[in-house]
Amino acid sequence: MTQWESVIGLEVHIQLQTKSKIFSGASTKFGSDPNKQACLIDVALPGVLPVCNLEAVRMAIKFGLAVGGTINHKSIFERKNYFYPDLPKGYQISQFQIPIVSGGSLETEVDGNVQVVNLTRAHLEEDAGKSLHDQFDDATGIDLNRAGTPLLEIVSEPEIRSAAQAADYMRKMRNLVTYIGICDGNMQEGSLRCDANISIRPVGVKELGIRTELKNINSFRFVERGIEVEIDRQIDILESGGTIVQETRLYDSKRNLTRSMRGKEDAQDYRYFPDPDLPPLVVSSQYIDEVRKQLPELPDARKQRFITELGLSASDARQLTQSREIADYFEDALQYAPQNAKSVANWINVELASYLNKFGLGIQDSKVSAKQIGTLVSCVCDSTISGAGGKVLLQTLWENPELSIDSVIDEKGLKLIEDSAELERLVEQVIDKHPEQVQKILDGNQKILGFLVGQVMKLSKGKANPKSVSEILRSQLDVFRRN
Amino acid sequence: MSISKSDIQAIASLANLEVDESSLELYARELSEIMGMIREMQSIETDNIVPMPHPQDMELRLRADEITEEVQRDELQEIAPKTLDGLYLVPKVLE
Amino acid sequence: MNLIGSDISQISTALQRGEVSSVELCKEYFRRISDGSELNAFITLDEEGALTQAEAVDQSRSHDATLDPLAGIPIAHKDIFCTKGLLTTCGSKILGNFVSPYDATLVSMLKERQTILLGKTNMDEFAMGSSSEHSYFNPVCNPWDASRVPGGSSGGSAAAVAANLVPAATGTDTGGSVRQPAALCGITGIKPSYGRVSRFGMVAFASSLDQAGLFTKSAKDAAMLLDAMCGFDSKDSTSLNVDPPQCMQSLNKSPDNLTIGVPEEYFAEGLDASVGEVIQSALSEFESLGARLVKLRMPNSKAAIACYYVIAPAEASSNLSRFDGVRYGFRSESGNDLREMYRKSRSEGFGPEVQRRIMIGTYVLSHGYYDAYYLKAQKVRRLISDDYNQAFKKCDLIMGPTTPTTAFKISAKMDDPVLMYLNDIYTAAVNLAGLPAMSIPAGFDAAGLPVGLHIVSPYLQEAKLLQAAHHFQQHTDYHLQSPVKYS
Ligand SMILES: [Mg+2]
Ligand SMILES: [Zn+2]
Repeated sequence: MTQWESVIGLEVHIQLQTKSKIFSGASTKFGSDPNKQACLIDVALPGVLPVCNLEAVRMAIKFGLAVGGTINHKSIFERKNYFYPDLPKGYQISQFQIPIVSGGSLETEVDGNVQVVNLTRAHLEEDAGKSLHDQFDDATGIDLNRAGTPLLEIVSEPEIRSAAQAADYMRKMRNLVTYIGICDGNMQEGSLRCDANISIRPVGVKELGIRTELKNINSFRFVERGIEVEIDRQIDILESGGTIVQETRLYDSKRNLTRSMRGKEDAQDYRYFPDPDLPPLVVSSQYIDEVRKQLPELPDARKQRFITELGLSASDARQLTQSREIADYFEDALQYAPQNAKSVANWINVELASYLNKFGLGIQDSKVSAKQIGTLVSCVCDSTISGAGGKVLLQTLWENPELSIDSVIDEKGLKLIEDSAELERLVEQVIDKHPEQVQKILDGNQKILGFLVGQVMKLSKGKANPKSVSEILRSQLDVFRRN
Repeated sequence: MSISKSDIQAIASLANLEVDESSLELYARELSEIMGMIREMQSIETDNIVPMPHPQDMELRLRADEITEEVQRDELQEIAPKTLDGLYLVPKVLE
Repeated sequence: MNLIGSDISQISTALQRGEVSSVELCKEYFRRISDGSELNAFITLDEEGALTQAEAVDQSRSHDATLDPLAGIPIAHKDIFCTKGLLTTCGSKILGNFVSPYDATLVSMLKERQTILLGKTNMDEFAMGSSSEHSYFNPVCNPWDASRVPGGSSGGSAAAVAANLVPAATGTDTGGSVRQPAALCGITGIKPSYGRVSRFGMVAFASSLDQAGLFTKSAKDAAMLLDAMCGFDSKDSTSLNVDPPQCMQSLNKSPDNLTIGVPEEYFAEGLDASVGEVIQSALSEFESLGARLVKLRMPNSKAAIACYYVIAPAEASSNLSRFDGVRYGFRSESGNDLREMYRKSRSEGFGPEVQRRIMIGTYVLSHGYYDAYYLKAQKVRRLISDDYNQAFKKCDLIMGPTTPTTAFKISAKMDDPVLMYLNDIYTAAVNLAGLPAMSIPAGFDAAGLPVGLHIVSPYLQEAKLLQAAHHFQQHTDYHLQSPVKYS
């Protein structure tokens, strides 16, 4: 049987988070009443003209630098001509022959397998409005609020080989664009949208198969599932002797299948040509350098620093650099326990993560602050409280974030017993109660020591410092031995 | 090379114009004549000439990211053929 | 006193001295407009608005003697400029009901100078034409002979100024649409450098060629108004952020050692002999005023029309896509689905010439033809522009005929688009290069029809253009002649 390889290229549209639109001074705010953010330029009245937003250009350059692409000193805005009611001018202003960014790459990682996906280009363009097909029985309603929102379209080379890798690519893309502050990453509101070009070929064959373009895969889950079912569909067709039709398909998430959007794209001829209203976009090396200086530390560099400078494991570092918010939270917390990076990482990745998951919250909505987590870890590490005490503390703080850590430790009696006289008394009680075990230790079975420590801990109701307990136990047993 | 009736149909379809059967012939003839006149420029040697989409060589001027447009929806929709609930209405599009 | 036919500075002086009020002046012009209605020069008149404004100017003049020299001067706008609260039809059925919610930058600028807008002038639909016959609101007639065209596309403005229905009017010039009707109507018409006057609010025909211009009775009036029209506009990405031309200030500088380039190509086949004679004698007049004539070659000028008729329709086909019956303008009621609504609205809303140009433009941009036509034309455009750069190394101004013939009969060229297009043969190259140019009255042909002299200057040198034109008009009286009926 033929082994199939899938060849996937992604086109990701990200909404740049500017205050105003790319070619007009109307607001880009999401969710206002229909057409209340569509100014005369956005509704394309006769005679109006576009003027380009510097901030959109700056953000595109920022992206280009972050992915190691080339910023083209001269790029061209062109018109992509087609008729659709939510496209007011009858053309979309986009970049075609010379985009603002060429090249660059993004790293994906699936099951520990790291792969570089090369980018073809990233270009600036304007978004269209929205067509509301279901609002009225006999008409389609047009809302142009979104028309003119700045988009960066990022096109990858067809180097993605699986649905899982495509989903990770999207995750990495979202992480990067939110990291560098050019997109809010909100997929529900359409801030990040993805189309996929998918084909398959027998393993070992160089030639590309006929591809389909899959639209409407606008969540990480749908990217993976949509591409998966499309690959399966193509395999079924080819294995039963059929041929793939080059077409645009839509992912139907309810039925988990893809269907043809016939008629929508038939024989399109967009008649691209340079927009005469917009002279070439020229950016100087000096300006590019200025933007370069504004770049924050990028996720990969930060991950590497967490590993080499803070001694975190690769998996902890990866988890902490999943988003800028998590990494910022971690570094905030670390200020309160500077010597205990590994523990801070562990408490965030395991303990705090379980609460966040349980309530479906992002780290930015965590009830417990970075300062509280950092202080908590420092208390555990200097044995002010036990690990178990730490968990009680975390739960209490999660429920009552306004409480102070000191008061919770006091009220819950979490403070470990450090008074050696009291600890010695407890140890003596345990030795008296378990003569056989003591004898076994004296006979050389050191494993039993742990059992005795446990008994002391139990007796102290968990408040003894286990390290101190085992020290005292050893010295008392030494006394026995000498006798 | 002249422009045929089917060329006219294809062009009209791209341009969203309706050309009735009786006008196809006339448009085909007129456009063929116009394209004939236009082809006079083919004799001019243009190898290595940089195209000139703008008169004079200009650079794009960029504006600051500020909200400068106030939207008067009522005023804009007063002149629209058909609106409801703040939306522009068009014949139903079936997806 | 009779100020009709006087130049704007005379009218301004009379207003300032209180010899006439702006209201009286406007009423007089409205009377003339009504008497001259057979010319069909206007699409919309705003008598009420104009008189209200004129009254306000008169009022403020009674309190303040130092008003703007343009305050109270009646003007008209080509119906391609958006005027808030007034119809802006662009000569088209598709905008037949379009009341603009905003003012074009040019309109606001002239409003700020307190000029009085009398109305909006008739034109070829979407400025596509050279005869002003392609208007949904019927053809405009030439005041020198009502059976002839006034030229186009700004024919309404040209006819109105020539017939003294208004002292000055705006126009737009994409391939000659100001200069050509100025020539055919025997008045002064100027198109400044591309980028001088804001295009914001001017309905786009071909964005890389369109430039607002002006019709007046003299170069002096043109200088005065052009100064008021030029200026940087942040709403237009192609607006020039440069010092204004200050034409009025330097108008009387005598152009010493003026060298005039005369391209041989402009006197070749196609030029009507009597037009050629008039132009030659105008050139001799310049010579007698101290200018030196040099012969020029403009080797690529023969391709200008072809090049223009690729680029202008290409841009137009895209610019006119917004007229789809969705957000404003005409929508056909007979369309059942979206596609039909689009097609019927556009085909019922646009006239045949507009549809023809949309089709040419769509064709030259379409897959498989882009390189051969559109890209080729953009390359030829650079060669044409380079021809000018070379020519201006040898001369200060280039002169020749504005049009190959004087005004032709109405409907004479309506069935032959190519013949009609050849009217732009001397003017279109200037738009391709974005240069300033004007047409001034140079005399009359055997039939008594006016002939225009075409003058082109280097980029941004409007002042030099107007100096030469003004100097010529100081020594000739062609510009002072009006059609007898409208004197
Ligand atoms: Mg795309
Ligand atoms: Zn796109």
